[in-house]
Amino acid sequence: MSMPFYVSPEQVMADKAEFARKGIARGKSIVALEHQGGVLLMAENATSLNKIGEIYDRIAFCGVGKFSEFDQLRKVGVRYADTTGYAYSREDVRGRGLANAFSQVIGEVFTREIKPLELEIIVAEVGDDRYEDHKSNSLYRIKYDGFISDHPGFVAIGGNVEEVESVLKNDYRDGMPAGEATQLGRRALSAGAERSSELDAGSLEVCLLDRERTGRKFCRLSADEVQGMLDGS
Amino acid sequence: MPVQGNYQGSSFFELLRVDHPHLAPDLSAWGESAVNFGAGEVPHGTTVLTMKFGDGVLVAGDRLATAGHSVASRDVVKVFETDPYSVMAISGAAGPCIEMARILSVELEHYEKLEGESLELEGKANKLSQMIRANLPAAMQGLAVVPLFAGYDTRRKTGRLWKFDITGGRYEEGEFDATGSGGLFARESLKHGWAADLSRDDAVKVAVAALTAAADEDRATGGVDLERGIYPIIKVCDRNGHSDASEQEIAACYRAILDARAAGGNL
Repeated sequence: MSMPFYVSPEQVMADKAEFARKGIARGKSIVALEHQGGVLLMAENATSLNKIGEIYDRIAFCGVGKFSEFDQLRKVGVRYADTTGYAYSREDVRGRGLANAFSQVIGEVFTREIKPLELEIIVAEVGDDRYEDHKSNSLYRIKYDGFISDHPGFVAIGGNVEEVESVLKNDYRDGMPAGEATQLGRRALSAGAERSSELDAGSLEVCLLDRERTGRKFCRLSADEVQGMLDGS
Repeated sequence: MPVQGNYQGSSFFELLRVDHPHLAPDLSAWGESAVNFGAGEVPHGTTVLTMKFGDGVLVAGDRLATAGHSVASRDVVKVFETDPYSVMAISGAAGPCIEMARILSVELEHYEKLEGESLELEGKANKLSQMIRANLPAAMQGLAVVPLFAGYDTRRKTGRLWKFDITGGRYEEGEFDATGSGGLFARESLKHGWAADLSRDDAVKVAVAALTAAADEDRATGGVDLERGIYPIIKVCDRNGHSDASEQEIAACYRAILDARAAGGNL
């Protein structure tokens, strides 16, 4: 007769966390920073598989780790946001609610399934000048176990995140112009990429949540536009 | 989101039907209740028109909604931007029409976000025709939805427009079209004023003339209401996306018609 092994819950969780962390550290980093005109999202990504995507009018999503997993999660987010916005009003779709819902889904998988999701995500929301209680931007980071945190100013995930964060901590200041924020984002990502030269515009995926746009605030920049931002125009 | 649904595709309309049936408009149920309620008591939108011009397409609609012989609303909106390059105009039972325009705009945005690129203009028109077909039971009871759909085809670099029938039949038109109770009169007017190479400004003039003609002959069409300051909605769609004709511009076109009439012109 076989005896079932006893494994302590602590051990199970630690093993799962270790497994997820390994998967995530293999990838490259993504940063999100607030600037004068909204939120800038930047990833080192020369492929056509996007790591940054639009969820709703004011909300964007970035993921690191296993592409199929975070892209699936992004789609779940779009379905959730579009359904909520359709059932209520477009203004009722808010970053915090969405981030909490993501956190629940990821946390559920972490506790229930054998294999945790190998991903970490950012939910970014740009503020709305029309409403007193919604003026500020929000950046949420959600980890592989569903742990959610709120980051004023900037946030980085994936890859060599400590190096990236240390550049951001040193050089970030509130209310930077978009061009300066783009340069800082590139500097931070280049530090994480451990290379001697800086990343060029073609190997960056850059998206904006632009306060000034009407309706949907999300826009994806072409390599030329990124170069323009880096050159400070 | 805590519970993921069953639907995994890219259509918002299908997502509602599969995972959120309480939100999906059950169009056939509207049809059954229309029998008891009387379709004449439901607000109806009246005249909308669309035409190609040199740089793209124009879509216009008056602002009146009627319920039987009464005015239901004087400033209803019947022309909707469904995405940056397409416009839908509705005539028929206002409730289902507006709902359909709302779903279509979410549908197009939803597809774009999930797939990473937007549908072709023809694909958008096709989607609309499927939604109209789903409304057929209601249409048979008097709650018909008869939209016009137009947009700028960014691949073919031209404006295109479609009309529909209540069964979801989809017909691409090469020049112009108008539907609703005053549609016949608007079409007659367009026939005289329209030319393939109209400038944007001339296209707006022709549109105002057509709506004025429709309002003259059809009591359910609103036209330009200078007294109350209610103007038709005129949207232009070209390679730069949408723009609206301003109220001042529409008022100027209408005053020119009134002046010509006062001077004895046959307008």
